[in-house]
Amino acid sequence: MSAVETVAAPPVAPRLLGGLRQDGRPVGVAAHLERYGPLPLELRSEELRERIAAAGLTGRGGAGFPTATKLESVRGGRTRPVVVANGTEGEPPSGKDKVLLAYSPHLVIDGAVLAARAVGAKQVVIATSSTVNAAVEAALRERRLERGIRVRAVVVPDRFVAGEETALVQFLNGGPALPTFTPPRPYERGVGGAPTLVLNVETLAQLALIARFGAAWFRAAGTPDEPGTALVTVSGAVREPGVYEIELGSSFAGLLEQAGADRQAQAYLVGGYFGTWLTAAEGARAALSNASLGRFGAALGARAIIVLPADACGVVETARIAAYLSEQSAGQCGPCVHGLAAIVDSLEQLVQAKKRTADVPLLQRRLGQIAGRGACRHPDGAAVLVASALRVFAGEVDRHVHGRRCTGNGRPALAIR
Amino acid sequence: MSDFVLRVNPILCDAHGLCAELLPERIELDEWGYPIIDDTPMPRALEAHARRAVAACPVLALRLERRVAARR
Repeated sequence: MSAVETVAAPPVAPRLLGGLRQDGRPVGVAAHLERYGPLPLELRSEELRERIAAAGLTGRGGAGFPTATKLESVRGGRTRPVVVANGTEGEPPSGKDKVLLAYSPHLVIDGAVLAARAVGAKQVVIATSSTVNAAVEAALRERRLERGIRVRAVVVPDRFVAGEETALVQFLNGGPALPTFTPPRPYERGVGGAPTLVLNVETLAQLALIARFGAAWFRAAGTPDEPGTALVTVSGAVREPGVYEIELGSSFAGLLEQAGADRQAQAYLVGGYFGTWLTAAEGARAALSNASLGRFGAALGARAIIVLPADACGVVETARIAAYLSEQSAGQCGPCVHGLAAIVDSLEQLVQAKKRTADVPLLQRRLGQIAGRGACRHPDGAAVLVASALRVFAGEVDRHVHGRRCTGNGRPALAIR
Repeated sequence: MSDFVLRVNPILCDAHGLCAELLPERIELDEWGYPIIDDTPMPRALEAHARRAVAACPVLALRLERRVAARR
């Protein structure tokens, strides 16, 4: 015990990815403990919660909700809460959660066990995808039962909406992995009817480090309002696509440089498929924080960034992503099923505008009509993406409307899905 | 203002459209026939009409909910 207590806190960054092996195999339990030290199971539940609140940790899954508030929301009921570590990552351009689960599964399991301690849960489910489940199962076999907290891994179907928290809960309860009408929200009634704390796996990995090294250490990275580091996935026109650990508030240009992004890139999709396009000029000025991105109408969202090369057409690429999102609708809500199909249809009219049938005002009207009208936010996210494309690629839209040749000459550039 | 707001369960809703006929003051239909609901607090004068629209929904998708303080 005493030997491992002298473990030095990880540097400002990287914290989560710094200790990964070079051979692509997961970090085993011994190496994990050597790097980060033992799980601080001696911390009482309120000490843990205080530490997380003082650290200002927010959800790393997309919504960015304060983790401390989430912890409080499942406490105080008569039923013991359940903890779900959400590692489903159905968002195709995102790979960060898979990287964590495949290469550093113990950090996530640590976080899940500590979150269970913080809320008095005895049952933890790690929701994984098919590609990384074996690594998680192997890691679980390396561990003993910690404070009577049972941890199991469950593979969730590989589809975009399966990771939405009500979909996840319905699946874990034996139903289809599709969103449900709320209330009840999972924190009110979730897995087995118990109040359920659903946290993204990266959030849990961060939590595991906050519990060990404290709030002040956590806040040494990031900004006062958005402390810590975050994992982002960069793809598209970059030399080294992959998962990067950034300090919140650091420069977007710095990340692009690190990933070897095309210097002639014309735009960036920030926040994944529900994200917002930024022009190259906006990207050059932005920092990787919601405060900074918010000035351009964007947010970190799913923390996936796609670099659009200079010779591609942003409208064509957006139409392709919208078609994917429409196809990935759970198919339950009319405004999503019909609305997304109609938006895709409008976009297709636009990109094949030789016949000049494009009707941009109709598309705008449709975009304004679907937000908030599904059981989940799937239609909202798709509308955000398309609306931002109409703004950022206004020139391209114009070329399509008038049947002129677009930058991409109609050819697809990005790997969609 | 009453303490009630209208809400539709979009999973249940099948675009029958009766609600918009019975309560055009608060409900219009989109181009596919699904209701777009004014979900601001309901004027008291419309409450009885709203209850009628709720009762008329063949799939029980429409509800009149008591307003709650901001949910998480």
